[in-house]
Amino acid sequence: MSMMKNFMGWIDERYPATKAWNEHLAQYYAPKNFNFWYFMGSLALLVLVIQILTGVWLAMNYKPDAELAFGSVEYIMRDVDWGWLIRYMHSTGASAFFIVIYLHMFRGLMYGSYRKPRELLWIIGVIIYLAMMATAFFGYLLPWGQMSFWGAQVIVNLFSAVPVIGPDLGVWVRGDYVISDATLNRFFALHFLLPFVLAALVFVHIVALHKVGSNNPDGIEIKKGPKGNRWSDKAPADGIPFHPYYSVKDIAGVAGFLFLFAAVVFFAPEMGGYFIEHPNFEPANPLKTPAHIAPVWYFTPFYAILRAVPSIAGSAFPGVVAMFASILVMFFLPWLDRSPVKSIRYKGSLYKVMLWLFVVDFILLGFLGTQPTTDLYVILAQVGTIYYFAFFFLMPIYSKMDKTKPVPERVTE
Amino acid sequence: MGREEVSLAFKAHISIRGVHKVMSADGVDLKKRRTLTLATSAVGAVGAGFVIYPFLAAWAPSEKAKAAGAPVEADISKLESGQLMRVKWRGKPVWIVSRTEQNLADLPTLDGDLLDPMSEDTGQQPDYCKNPVRSVKEKYLVAVGICTHLGCSPTYRPEVAPEDLGAEWKGGFYCPCHGSRFDLAGRVYAGVPAPKNLEIPPYQYLSETKILVGADGGASS
Repeated sequence: MSMMKNFMGWIDERYPATKAWNEHLAQYYAPKNFNFWYFMGSLALLVLVIQILTGVWLAMNYKPDAELAFGSVEYIMRDVDWGWLIRYMHSTGASAFFIVIYLHMFRGLMYGSYRKPRELLWIIGVIIYLAMMATAFFGYLLPWGQMSFWGAQVIVNLFSAVPVIGPDLGVWVRGDYVISDATLNRFFALHFLLPFVLAALVFVHIVALHKVGSNNPDGIEIKKGPKGNRWSDKAPADGIPFHPYYSVKDIAGVAGFLFLFAAVVFFAPEMGGYFIEHPNFEPANPLKTPAHIAPVWYFTPFYAILRAVPSIAGSAFPGVVAMFASILVMFFLPWLDRSPVKSIRYKGSLYKVMLWLFVVDFILLGFLGTQPTTDLYVILAQVGTIYYFAFFFLMPIYSKMDKTKPVPERVTE
Repeated sequence: MGREEVSLAFKAHISIRGVHKVMSADGVDLKKRRTLTLATSAVGAVGAGFVIYPFLAAWAPSEKAKAAGAPVEADISKLESGQLMRVKWRGKPVWIVSRTEQNLADLPTLDGDLLDPMSEDTGQQPDYCKNPVRSVKEKYLVAVGICTHLGCSPTYRPEVAPEDLGAEWKGGFYCPCHGSRFDLAGRVYAGVPAPKNLEIPPYQYLSETKILVGADGGASS
C-alpha cells in the first residue's frame, strides 16, 4: 500500500494524476437524480471508441483507390478473419452514434441543458455534431458503392450551388471535375483525421461540463442549493460523486446498449437498407444513377428540408441555405428559450406540445427524406420544414407565453 | 527580467499613460516593446498565410486530372431509332439519343411547360445548338447526362404517358434524386428543382456515324 502511495506521490509531483481523478471522477459531484436519458453521454463516448478502434482496424485492409476500394471492402468481409465483424461493428456503430447523439440532444431539449450557464457547453456539442456529420459523410464514400458515389455527388454539388464561387468550390472539394479517385483518396484521409478532432472536441465538451456542473431532470442548479453531503461539507447537498455512483450506473447502461448493438451487428447489420443501403452492394458507376437515391437515415431530415425548398431564380441555392440553416439554428437555442424554468417538468402545456410536435416533425422529415418525391410528400416536407424553423424562431414568444409551474428548491427523487 | 519586474513595468505604463510617456521605472521602453510585438506577430501571420497556400492549392485538380478531359469518339451506326447510348467524357455520362419522328413532332408542343424552351441560357449549349431541338442534326440529341440540380444522372424515360409521370409525358428524362424532368431536347420543365436545361457538350460529326464529343474544331468559339 505504501509502495503504491509512494509511486502515486512520485507521479503527482510530475503530473496531476490524482488531482485530475478527483476533480473529474471521485470528487466530481453530479446531481443525484439522473435518469435514463443521462446514459447517452457516456454511450456516445463508448461508440466513439468503438468507431476509432474498428476504423483503424478496417484501414489495415482497406484500399482508398477507385479501382480497388469496393473489392477491398468485400475482401474484408469474406477473406479477412473476423473482418465481417469489424466492418459490421463500424457500419452499425455509425448509425448507433447518431441514435445516441439524437437522444442526447433531445435530453438537452427536454431539461433545458443548453440554458445559462451551459450555453457554451451546448455550442461545443453542436460543433461536435457537425464534426460527426462531416466524418460520417466522408466515411460513406469509402465503400465506393453506387450510393456512396451518388450520395457524395449530390452533397458535393451542394457547394456548387453557391452563387459565383460555387462551381470552382465543387471542383476544389472533389479535386476533379467529377467524384473520382482523387476525391476518394482525400475523403479517406479526412475520415481518418476527423475522429481525432472529434475526440479533442469531446475533451473540451467534458471540461466545459465539469466547469459548470451537470444539469438534471429538474433543471435545478445544485451548486446554488444547500451545501454538505456524506463526502464533503462544501459539496452540493444534492450531489453524489460521479465515481463510483455514476460510473457504475453507466456500466449498466453500457451493458444494455451492447445487447441491442450486438443484436443489430449479428442479426440485422443492414437494418432493412437503413444502416447499409441496398444500392451500395453494387460498385460505383459514374454513368448511371440508381433508380432511387437517398442519404443514410441520419441525414434524411435535413435532406428533406433541402428538397422542400424550391429553386428560386434558377438557383438551387435557397434549398442549400435552408438545409445548413436548419443545423446552424441550433447554435442560437440558448438565447431563443425565454422560459423562466429550464426543465420540461415545470414548463407548461404550450411548450410541451411544441416540443413533442418537433419530435414528430423531425421523424416525419426523416421519413420523407428516404422517400422519392411525390406531390403529397413535397407538400408534407414543406409543412415540416416550416414547423422545424417555427419551433426555433417562435420559441422566444411561446416560451414566454407558456404557463410554467413553480420549481422546487431541491431536486426531486 | 522576473515576473514582478514585468508587472511593475506594466503598472508604470498604466499610471503614466495620460502623459504619453511609456518608459517604465527600470527603463524598459514599453512603446517600443509593443511595436516589436505587433511587428513580430504581423510577420508571423504573413508567414502562416504563405504556408497555408500550398495546402489549399493541393486540393485543386492535379495536372493528370486536367489532362483527362480529352475528347471521345462515339460510333452511332448501331443506335436504333428511340434508343439511348452513353459515352464517358471527362468522367461524366454523355447521352446520344436517336429521336423518332414522333419525338421531334412532340417537342414544340411542350414549349409552354418549359422553363427555357428557346435555350436563352447561353451557358448550357454551344451556339450551334441554340435551336428548337438543341442539336446539330435534328435526329440525334447529344447531352451531358447530369442533372443541373445536384448532379444525379436522370433516367431515360422514352415511353409516352407512363403511370408515374402522368398523362402529359411525351418521353424525356426523369431525375430519380429530386424529381426534375427534362424533355427529349434536354429542356427542363418549369416547377422542378433543376434550374437549367441539360448541358450540351461541344461536339462534331466526324462522319455520318461517328461523333466526336468534347471538341468541335473551334466552331463554338
